[in-house]
Amino acid sequence: MSLTDEIQKVAQRYPDSKSAILPALRLAQERHGWLSREAIEEVGEALDLTPAYCMSVASFYDMFNLEPAGRHTIEVCTNVCCGLVNAQAVLESFERELGIAPGETTADGEITLRAVECLGACSTPTAVAVDHRYRQSVTPDQVASIVEELRGR
Amino acid sequence: MAAEASPALVLGGAEEQPLRDLASYRAVGGYAQLERARAMTPQQVIEELIASNLRGRGGAFFPTGRKASFIPTPDKIAKPVYITVNADESEPGTFKDREIMLRVPHRLVEGCLIAAHAIQSRSVFIYIRGEYSTEYDVLQAAVDEAQSAGLLGDVSIVVHRGAGAYICGEETALLESLEGKRGQPRSKPPFPAIEGVYASPTLINNVETITTIPVVLQVGPAEFAQIGVPPDSTGTRVFCLSGNVVRPGAYERPHGITVRELIYDIGGGIADGRKLKAVMVGGSSFPVMTPDEIDTKLDATSLGQRGLFIGSGVVTAIDDRACIVQFALRVAQFYMHESCGKCTPCRVGTRWLVQLLRAVENGSASEHDLELLLDVCDRIIGKCLCVLGDSAAMPVASCVTKFRAEFHEHLAHGGCPFGADSSLDRLFAPVDQHHLAPVAHEAGV
Repeated sequence: MSLTDEIQKVAQRYPDSKSAILPALRLAQERHGWLSREAIEEVGEALDLTPAYCMSVASFYDMFNLEPAGRHTIEVCTNVCCGLVNAQAVLESFERELGIAPGETTADGEITLRAVECLGACSTPTAVAVDHRYRQSVTPDQVASIVEELRGR
Repeated sequence: MAAEASPALVLGGAEEQPLRDLASYRAVGGYAQLERARAMTPQQVIEELIASNLRGRGGAFFPTGRKASFIPTPDKIAKPVYITVNADESEPGTFKDREIMLRVPHRLVEGCLIAAHAIQSRSVFIYIRGEYSTEYDVLQAAVDEAQSAGLLGDVSIVVHRGAGAYICGEETALLESLEGKRGQPRSKPPFPAIEGVYASPTLINNVETITTIPVVLQVGPAEFAQIGVPPDSTGTRVFCLSGNVVRPGAYERPHGITVRELIYDIGGGIADGRKLKAVMVGGSSFPVMTPDEIDTKLDATSLGQRGLFIGSGVVTAIDDRACIVQFALRVAQFYMHESCGKCTPCRVGTRWLVQLLRAVENGSASEHDLELLLDVCDRIIGKCLCVLGDSAAMPVASCVTKFRAEFHEHLAHGGCPFGADSSLDRLFAPVDQHHLAPVAHEAGV
């Protein structure tokens, strides 16, 4: 199914097709890896919205990549609940293992590292989302194997 | 008594393992209350909710039955009416809705369908935060299964995924986002019950609130109203215990359990033999609690008498390794990151708080800056379009007033007296991943 068809199918679930913009941007990002100008234009065309409007919405939400991102993402919660129980050490282990700072992507384009706000997994700190799936109770000594696992995928 | 394990209601049947499929939920009496509700008139269902005095579990604690009664009946309005379930759980320290969706997704669906019957709606949207992938899968599977089993009747349930924005948990921002816009709050009135999504009457309830509706019918409104601390704080809460405790977790207990019982009896006390220093109660949006206040009961009235809030049922223990200035700074950084930018006191104020707290932390602040901090808080609280600004200012102000000695130590010491020993030392905040131009006073303009 083309992206346009997929978006228009999702749009049927809503009384107003504009409501489908978040799912549409998500679908476009899944296809393209990030929201390039072309991706934004495709979304706009499918929903009969201007690219500028789509961009204004996309830029509001944290989960949309407005620049090229890695094939994989590692997101470390550094809000207070995880922070009290060693999140900073986990984040720094990822920084060392990947050789990049939070917000950056490895030079080979494989992995993007981010610090994120509370993931809602506070009883099992540190919460880390690996390709948007939660790992719980992550400790610094598990970092190398998580990175190795992603590099192998 | 409150500390003892009482029968779980909202998480009932899922104590040992989740009840994800229809058969296992049916095995514990699932969907029986939907059948009962559909045999009642919509008005009767609303009356049962009012009699139970169930109140909103998302943070505002508004009476659920009364809220439902504000929705015009079909004979009064020529528009469809909608239900929107707020599953955009993002308040720091909160993970109860996630537990509910993972463990009893069908009870949430049953609650949606009972609520739909009560307000005669045929359209339900569940707005789930974008980061919840597994939770979305589990919930969507439950909706699909209920649909295939014919349980939905003429009601449609759409699970709508957010895309990473704390502010979308604010009800009018959620509506904007659901309509396909930037998630910026609306000014009220009109309230959502009159003009919600698509300018139509909309009932908005938190996941835990909706999931409690079948429970109210099951135990009976009169009995439900006796659980907890009647008359205002009835029923149970799925408390979110985290931080420096031995056994963090989601614990369903009646309102009225004390913070001490939750941390020490249920949570096994403070980990690593440390001392309790402060407690984040309700969420990071509220004033912090000091150790001498931990015998306070977790109900709206008892907390309210101390200027505290039950919020979304959060209890986060902070031990004596944490620098309270760093705590306040990290909280302020969160709200600065999440401010939608629509109104000035919040957009500028949250950023100012961060700058002042950073100055205290690194030793460049003076006594005057502490007064300025409180002054900035005062100029935010009650002056914003929505409560996000207050949510930044209340915890910060409480840290300054309740831990003033520690702020003074920072001033006297020319920086953090903990050195690198604080558990929150150098904790990175996502807001620092963004590149921002300095504000006027920072740039010396």
